[in-house]
Amino acid sequence: MADCLLRLEDVTKDYGEHVVTRVLHGISFTLAPGEFTALIGPSGSGKSTLLHLLGLLDRPTGGRILLRGCDTGELGHRALGRFRGRTIGFVFQFHHLLPAFTSVENVMMPALADRGRADERMRRHAIGLLERVGMADRLHHRVTDLSGGQQQRVAVARALSMTPALVLADEPTGNLDTKSGDQVFALLRQFNREQGTAFLIVTHDHRLAARCDRVIELVDGRITSDRPGAAA
Amino acid sequence: MPFEWMVAIRYLREGRAQSLLILAGVAVGVGVIVFLSALISGLQVSLIDRTLGTQAHIVLKRPDEMPRPLLERDGPAGVTAHVERPAQRLRSILQWQQMLDSIERVPGILALTPTVTGSAFARQGTANRAVLVRGVDPAGFRRIIDVGSKIVAGRFEITGADAVIGIELANALGLTVGDKLRLSAPDDRSDVVTIRGIFDIGNKDANERWVFVSLRSAQTLLDLVGGVSTIEVKVADIFAAESIAVELTARTGLEADSWMKTNTQLLVGLRSQNNSSYMIQVFVIIAVALGIASVLVVSVVQKSREIGILKAMGTPTRRIIRVFLIEGALVGLAGSVLGVALGAGLSVFFASLATNPDGSPMFPVNLSLALVLRASIIATLTGIVAAAAPAHRAARLDPVEVIRYG
Repeated sequence: MADCLLRLEDVTKDYGEHVVTRVLHGISFTLAPGEFTALIGPSGSGKSTLLHLLGLLDRPTGGRILLRGCDTGELGHRALGRFRGRTIGFVFQFHHLLPAFTSVENVMMPALADRGRADERMRRHAIGLLERVGMADRLHHRVTDLSGGQQQRVAVARALSMTPALVLADEPTGNLDTKSGDQVFALLRQFNREQGTAFLIVTHDHRLAARCDRVIELVDGRITSDRPGAAA
Repeated sequence: MPFEWMVAIRYLREGRAQSLLILAGVAVGVGVIVFLSALISGLQVSLIDRTLGTQAHIVLKRPDEMPRPLLERDGPAGVTAHVERPAQRLRSILQWQQMLDSIERVPGILALTPTVTGSAFARQGTANRAVLVRGVDPAGFRRIIDVGSKIVAGRFEITGADAVIGIELANALGLTVGDKLRLSAPDDRSDVVTIRGIFDIGNKDANERWVFVSLRSAQTLLDLVGGVSTIEVKVADIFAAESIAVELTARTGLEADSWMKTNTQLLVGLRSQNNSSYMIQVFVIIAVALGIASVLVVSVVQKSREIGILKAMGTPTRRIIRVFLIEGALVGLAGSVLGVALGAGLSVFFASLATNPDGSPMFPVNLSLALVLRASIIATLTGIVAAAAPAHRAARLDPVEVIRYG
């Protein structure tokens, strides 16, 4: 399917060895390229687990996850890591930047880790991204010297540094005040429109969810609703 | 700069207190190794120097005379024979000139000289001393034992009826350069020699007993006209002396005594000193390795969140492992640089503590480039090996765990 970026087929996930707890029950849906989707649901509904499966950080107990038509269950550990690095970007709730490095270095890190060596093009690309997220004057600051909103903007730039087809964001604004949160959200939207990057955003914030193209709601490990957002 | 190096160096700089701690640990370990090795090898070199200062590396002489029993052992019963060994007398090496030529061709030999050595008495007035007459060619003998540089009065020159004696003998008999001395052999041959030089070779026995005379004087005095009693040999590698001695015996049929054979106790002592020094070094290395490993394990635990993020971004596991191996190697290398400085400083300090009256160190320390390189390489390898466990621990981290609970 040409218009299918990500496809989940009856995905389940169990935890525990002796007492098995099923966290996800037969999840199936598809994401189209460039789609801007919110994933909502109460705490403990399995959102984060689903996000980790989508991000290829974890493997499902049952079912298949196809990314760009490729069955990720058939990839080995190393190939999966590479595929993930080049196809998916992450924005976490707690920015998860590397505190020992500057903004530019953090944004370059995915490319560096992939290619093993920094070059000028990589650096320029990183600076360009930081300028677009409004961090041009904080390029060489240690990320620990930045405010929460600034850190999250650097994290957005990092997520986009490999020009991924899909960015997964786990409560990207959860730790920010409303204003900073809105700015970060606006950035995500901007990259979505300009570059056609698909986003899947886990959020508690119904106000933000309403501004997405599509809202998937997860309750107790099952999709209870999948509807267009107010922005669509 | 490659990714792994950049991250490793940044992490080391980031955890400054830890890095300094671990560096100090490595430095102390390497310092101990360098100091100990320098001291022990210096001590050994000086011991060997002192031993070989009064002794040729190999001394060749005719084998002892052995009686040949004429009675057959399986002869008629009732015949018992007690064959007495004859007293050994001074005998010349047969055809010694040809021997010299053939010995010279043995590889590994630097110099050789014929000598006539035998006991005599030195008489001065009523004083009478047992001495060892050593008939030598001064030029040739200097290349075996450097008496020339140990002269305290006069010179090491012997022609005609000249002699050079040790300082103890000179003191005992009240002799100075220019004085005359009567030497008598046990069979009452005697000769009067003129003292041309007095040596202090650093060995009481030699200073007390050695009397250098010309080859010809010794030959006459000891009734060995035209002959020599020993051939003394200097070899290039002093620790090959024994194997060369064995070869010389095989070639010439002469009895060859190497310094290693005549100083077995010294060699055993040196060897056990080496062994205990190796043991100490091994334990120091183990302690250093444990130190590096434990600090790096802590650092992996502290950095587990960041390692998880790096992995989530698609960083290959091998790169993560390499980051920590590089950290270990850098710590080992940098620590060894500090340690070498520490060890060298300790050595110099220690050497300056114990000095001879003339200001020269009593404990010569032998700080060689080879030792420094060896210590650095060992420390670096230790760092890498010690980092292996923490590195694999980092590699096994599950990004999901650290992201979820980070």
